[in-house]
Amino acid sequence: MKGLKLYAILYLIFLYAPIFLLPLFAFNSSTIIAFPLQSFTTQWFSALADIPEMHKAVLNSLRIAATSAVLATSFGIFAAMASTRYRFPAQKGLMGFIMLPLVLPEIIVAVSLLVVIVNAGFSTGAWSVIAGHTLICTPFAIAILQSAFASLDPALEEAAFDLGETPASTFRLVTLPLVMPGIISALLISFTISMDEFIIAFFLTGADPTLPVYLFSMLRFPKLLPAVMALGTLLVLASVVLLTIAEYFRRRGIKRAGAKDTGGFL
Amino acid sequence: MTQISTANRVKPTKPLIEMRDISKHYGDYHALCGITLDIHEGEFFSLLGPSGCGKTTLLRVIAGFEGIDSGAVLISHQDMARVPANKRPTNMVFQSYAIFPHLSVAQNVGFGLRKSTMSKAQKEAAVAEALEMVGLKGYGARAAHALSGGQRQRVALARALILKPKVLLLDEPLSALDRKMREQMQVELIRLQRQVGITFILVTHDQEEALVMSDRIAVMFEGEIAQCDDPEILYRRPKSKRVADFIGVMNFLPATLHSHAGTIIADVAGLGEAEIAADQCPAGIPEGDALVGFRPETLTLLYDGQTATQREAAGVISEVVYYGDMTYYDVTLVGVSKPVRISMRNVFGRDVLAVGDATRVSWSAGALVVFP
Amino acid sequence: MLISPTALYALALLAIPLGAIVLISFWTQTGVRDFDTTLTGANYVEALSDPIYRALMFRSLRIAGLVTLVTVLAAFPIAYFVSFGVPAQKKSLWIFLITIPFWTSYLIRVFLWKVILGYNGVFNSGLKVLGVIDQPLTFLLYNANSVVITLAHAYAPFAILPIFVALEKIDRSLLEAARDLGENRVMTFLRVTLPLAAPGVIAAVLIVFIPTIGDYVTPELIGGPGGTMIANMIQAQFLRLNNAPLGAALAVLAMLIVSVIAVAFLVLGSRASGAKGTRK
Repeated sequence: MKGLKLYAILYLIFLYAPIFLLPLFAFNSSTIIAFPLQSFTTQWFSALADIPEMHKAVLNSLRIAATSAVLATSFGIFAAMASTRYRFPAQKGLMGFIMLPLVLPEIIVAVSLLVVIVNAGFSTGAWSVIAGHTLICTPFAIAILQSAFASLDPALEEAAFDLGETPASTFRLVTLPLVMPGIISALLISFTISMDEFIIAFFLTGADPTLPVYLFSMLRFPKLLPAVMALGTLLVLASVVLLTIAEYFRRRGIKRAGAKDTGGFL
Repeated sequence: MTQISTANRVKPTKPLIEMRDISKHYGDYHALCGITLDIHEGEFFSLLGPSGCGKTTLLRVIAGFEGIDSGAVLISHQDMARVPANKRPTNMVFQSYAIFPHLSVAQNVGFGLRKSTMSKAQKEAAVAEALEMVGLKGYGARAAHALSGGQRQRVALARALILKPKVLLLDEPLSALDRKMREQMQVELIRLQRQVGITFILVTHDQEEALVMSDRIAVMFEGEIAQCDDPEILYRRPKSKRVADFIGVMNFLPATLHSHAGTIIADVAGLGEAEIAADQCPAGIPEGDALVGFRPETLTLLYDGQTATQREAAGVISEVVYYGDMTYYDVTLVGVSKPVRISMRNVFGRDVLAVGDATRVSWSAGALVVFP
Repeated sequence: MLISPTALYALALLAIPLGAIVLISFWTQTGVRDFDTTLTGANYVEALSDPIYRALMFRSLRIAGLVTLVTVLAAFPIAYFVSFGVPAQKKSLWIFLITIPFWTSYLIRVFLWKVILGYNGVFNSGLKVLGVIDQPLTFLLYNANSVVITLAHAYAPFAILPIFVALEKIDRSLLEAARDLGENRVMTFLRVTLPLAAPGVIAAVLIVFIPTIGDYVTPELIGGPGGTMIANMIQAQFLRLNNAPLGAALAVLAMLIVSVIAVAFLVLGSRASGAKGTRK
C-alpha cells in the first residue's frame, strides 16, 4: 500500500499540475507563458475589466447555464422519480436513451442539432445552446437525483399519507425536503457543465459567443494569453467553490436520509 | 416463552373490520385468494405466515396502500373501496419504522396533527402524552437520526397512536430488534394495547411472537387463511399438518382409523389404540390410513419406578439435546423407524438419560390430533 | 407518466436530430444552404474510399484506443488504492480530490497542457534549468503523443470512478476467504479481486473510449497536423467546407464504428465474466 500511496500522490500531482500552473502565470508579469517567471503582478486581472466582449460572453454563459441547469434538473426529477418508483414497459430502453448523451461524442449532438435547426429554418442563438446543454446535463442530473430518490425509503411517503396527508402535501412535507440536497447538487453540477461546455456552444451559439467559445477565440492571440490565465484562475476558483457547495449538500443529503456515503458525483 | 394468559382478557366480539372474499394478484402471482375474515373491536390480532404468504399485502390492503381485484373491506360497516389511506381510521407502524429523518422526535410524533383543529399548546400536550405513553418522555427535541432501533420503534408507535385510530397496523415491528429487546417490546405492546383499547393487527413470521401477543391468530399460506383461532386452540388443535408444522414442534406417527360404536378409534404406530374425540379430528374423516400428531411436551419419559398415569409405550433413546432448563429426547418407539421428540423439564437431582437407554413413555389420548 | 416530459425532450432533441443526420448523410450539398434531397450513397463512398478520411478514422481509433489503455491502466491502481488503502471516512475526500480537476474549465486545462508541453513550455524550460537537456524536446507537442497525454488527463476521473465503484462492491470477506483457503496476496488479487472488478474496468474502457474518439478541442489545440482526429474533420465539413452531407456521413460512420466496437467489447466482457463460473 505504501508504494500505491506514493503513486496516488504522484497521480494527483499529474491531475492538478495544469491547475497549479494557472495562478503562477496569471500573476506573472511576462507576456510569454513560459518559465522562468518574472515578477508578481495583478495587471492581468485588472485588464479583464477592460474587455467588454468578455463581459458579454460571461453574462451570456451565466444565463445559458442557469436556464439549462433549471431545465435539466426539472427533467431529472421527473425521470429519477419515474425510474426509482415505478416499473413500466420499455423502462430500460427509455432510460438508456435519455442517458445516451453521457456516452455520445458531443460533436455528434452538436452537428445533429445544428442540422435540424438550420433545416427547420430557425436561426441559432442562446436558446439552441440551452436546448443542447439541457440535453447533455439531464443525464448527470438524473444520476444524482436517482441516488437521492433511491435512498429515500418509500415507507416515509406512505407514512405521511397514512397520517392524513394528501399526495401533494406528502411531496411538499416529506419528499422535497429529503431530496432537496440532491436537487441543489444537480443544479450546481448542470450549471458547471453548461458553463464549461465548448463544442455544442461553438456550433449553436450564433452571434453571441458563450464564455468558452470566446475563450477559444482568445487563445489565438498570444497578447491576450496572460488575461486568459487570469480569467482561468477565476473560473477554476468559481468551479471549486461551486463544487464544494455541491459536495456539502450531497453529503448532508446522505446524512439526512440516514444512508451510508458511497462516494462522488458520478 | 412468556405466555400471558388470555383468559382474563375481555373477549370482544363486535366486528370492526370485515373482509369479504378479497382477491389480489400481480400478473400470474396470486397474492391473496378469497380472504374472508372478521377482526373484532379491541382485539390483538395477528397475521402469521412464512414470507410471501400474503400477510403484509393483506395488512396494506386494510391500510389502503394496495388495491384489491375483487371483494370488499369494511371498517365500522363502511365500505373502504373509495377511501384512500389518508382518510382511513387506520394508522401503521412500518417495518422500517419510516421515521422522517429531517424532523425531530416531537415533529415526527406530531406529524399527523398538522390539519387538526387543536391549538398549538394542545398539540404539544398531545405529543408529550404520546411520548410518555411509549416511554420516551423528554425525548421530543432529539433528532430522529440519533435514535436507537428500539427508540425509533417507540416513536413510530407514538406517531401512529396520536391520531387515535380505530385500528393500529403493525408490519413486522419487532423483526429489526435483537432478541432481548424484542421480548421486552412484546410485553410493552400488549400493555399498550390494553391501555389504549383499540384493535391491533400485527403481521409477523415469528410463531412464538404471535402466540405470546395475540387474542386471535390467522395463519396464512399462499394467499389463503389456513386457520384462524385463539393461540391455545391453534397450538393444541391445528387443523392441518401444515399449520401444525409451522407452529411449534409436532411429532407425526402413522395410524389407522376405525369407528367402534360411534367412537373413532386410532391405532397409532408405536403407541397403540386411542379414542379420538370430535375436536381432535376433522369432521367426516374416513376410516383407514391417517396421520396422528402430538406435541413433545404431551409425552413424559418414565423413570424407574414411575408408572404411567395414562397409557404407556416403550422405546430407545436415540438422541439427547440438553437445553439447561429442558432436555429434548429423540425416542425411537418400538415398531417405528422415525424417532419422536419428547421434551422434559429438568428436575434437580434427576439424571439426564443417555443415548441408547431403553425407556418407557407415558402418553394420553387427549393430546393427539388426527390429520387425514 | 412521470417520465414523459423527459422522454419527450430526449426524443425531440436527440432522436429527431440523430435521424436527421442520418437522412442528410444521403443528400448532396448544392449551395450554401441548398441540398439535393435525392438519396445517394455517394458521401459514404467518398468517406470510405478517400485515403484522407480513412487515415483520419484510423488515427482517431488508434489515439482513442491508446488513450483508453493509458487512462485505464493508470487509473486502476488509484481506484484500488482509494478502495482498499484509504480509511472509510477519507474515501469520499479522495474521490472529491480526484474529480475536482475534471470540473474546471476543459478548454483552459487543454490549453495549459500546451503550455506545459510546448517548445518553450514548462516541461522543456524546467528540464533546461535543471540541465537535463540543452535543446527543447519537440516530440511532446503538436502530435499524437500530446493528444494522448492531454486526453488521459482529462478522462482520468471517468476511468477511476467506475473501477472504484466495482472495487467497493467487493465483499471484503471474499478476499479473506481466498487468503484462508491458502492463496497469497497476489493470487488473491488475480483470482478474486480482478475478476470481480471486471465490470468496472469494462465500464471505464467504454466511458473513456467513446467520448475521446469524438473529441474536438484537444486535437484542435495541441494535436497539430499529426494529431487531427475525425471530429475536427466533421467540424470542418459542416462549418468551413460547407459540405454538411459529407460531414453527416462521417459522423454516422464514426457513430457506427464506435457502436460496433462498444458492443463487441461488451459481448467480450460479458463472455469473460460469464466464463468465470466454469474456469478452474
